[in-house]
Amino acid sequence: MHDQEETLAFTEECEVAVTVNGQRYERRVPVRMLLSDFLRHELRLTGTHVGCEHGVCGCCTVLLNGEAVRSCLMFAVQANNLFLTTIEGMAGTQSELHPIQQAFMEKHGLQCGFCTPGVIMSVHSLLHENPDPTDEEIREGLSGNICRCTGYQNIVEAVKLAAERLRPEEVE
Amino acid sequence: MKPPRFRYCAPRILDDALLLLEQQGDETKILAGGQSLVPLLNMRLAAPANLLDINRLAELNYIQPEDGYLALGATVRQCQAEHSPLIQERHPLLIEAIWHIGHMQIRNRGTIVGSLAHADPAAELPALLTCLEGSLLLQKSSGERLLPVEAFFHGYLETALEAGEMVVEARFPWVDPRAGWAFQEFARRSGDFALVGAAAVLTPAEDGTCQKARIAYAGVAGAPVRAWEVERQLEGQPMHEQTLSLAAEAAREVVGADMNDIHATVEYRRVLTAELTRRVLAAAWARRRM
Repeated sequence: MHDQEETLAFTEECEVAVTVNGQRYERRVPVRMLLSDFLRHELRLTGTHVGCEHGVCGCCTVLLNGEAVRSCLMFAVQANNLFLTTIEGMAGTQSELHPIQQAFMEKHGLQCGFCTPGVIMSVHSLLHENPDPTDEEIREGLSGNICRCTGYQNIVEAVKLAAERLRPEEVE
Repeated sequence: MKPPRFRYCAPRILDDALLLLEQQGDETKILAGGQSLVPLLNMRLAAPANLLDINRLAELNYIQPEDGYLALGATVRQCQAEHSPLIQERHPLLIEAIWHIGHMQIRNRGTIVGSLAHADPAAELPALLTCLEGSLLLQKSSGERLLPVEAFFHGYLETALEAGEMVVEARFPWVDPRAGWAFQEFARRSGDFALVGAAAVLTPAEDGTCQKARIAYAGVAGAPVRAWEVERQLEGQPMHEQTLSLAAEAAREVVGADMNDIHATVEYRRVLTAELTRRVLAAAWARRRM
């Protein structure tokens, strides 16, 4: 609460407290540290990938208070007191995949896998907002993630399978 | 691709932010959603000494219907506007324009006012505000001024903003309930910057002709372009095929002669602009209420 208010001045370092995948972390970081680098280098959560570092490729997509954002277009200090979910927070246990991950595996929704963490986070956000997307809506929802391997066909198939399994009425 | 060193402050009160701007405005950039500024920093195209983060200025997070216009505070995110029931009901043209901005991940952070202040001529909102003849409220510690949109945009990433000053509010005039409206663009891929984009509002007259036309373009020059000549071709005319053709022909002229780049030649942009004009006008006219 007292972090910024006491010093109304421009600084080069800041204290950051964030909750990532339910665990709270506190660090002192240079203000120019990107959130993506903070996750990877400070917290050693290297599941969040870094591709282009200017907001085009989507590899570094994470959930910030539940919303998909590019972690390379934010500074770590801006996530102060906020909640993040990364790809490491998706699976419940080491052996059990999240239904979206499971669907990607079954439908071969990945080849090299570099873009996959970002894709999964975007799909999580997409299905949360729209549990039953059309093919068109899936493609629109994936438009912010670049995959150079798959041609997207199997990614779309995986999203459809995941959506089917995640919809409440399908569970009954 | 790491940003250069800078110093940072994120005040919670607007007066504090304006005070910092007054003291160090020359070397300070304002950080709102960061979806344009952070790439510029990462690519080392910008290297301000200070970043003033306005994300914690809760007093600027408002969506306020006013007499004649919709007021949006400087920290309203694009996704926030997109999901606002008030805007969905009363300003659907703004929603249609927002839909063309980047991707969901970008709109989740990017702000309405930030996109205007950044003044990328290919961006959607500067063209929309130009079409609507909107305005921007600029503030510094010594006072505020209201600028009409045509006085705000000067050129590529250049605006009337002075050192020590920030845009605190954008004003999007309401669209006449009788009028038809549309925002359309051509982009290579969904979410890319537009090769050309257009916003149009057409108000019908009692006799079925077009009484008033407003059309503005993104991506055709160094700043958003209001197409006076296209409007002149439409006003007072029946919206026949011939009228649309004359308007589309006139629209070719809005493309700047220097708009040659890796994405498209001038001639190609002119062809796109003519076709887009035809489509956006037809879509807008189809939505009019008689």
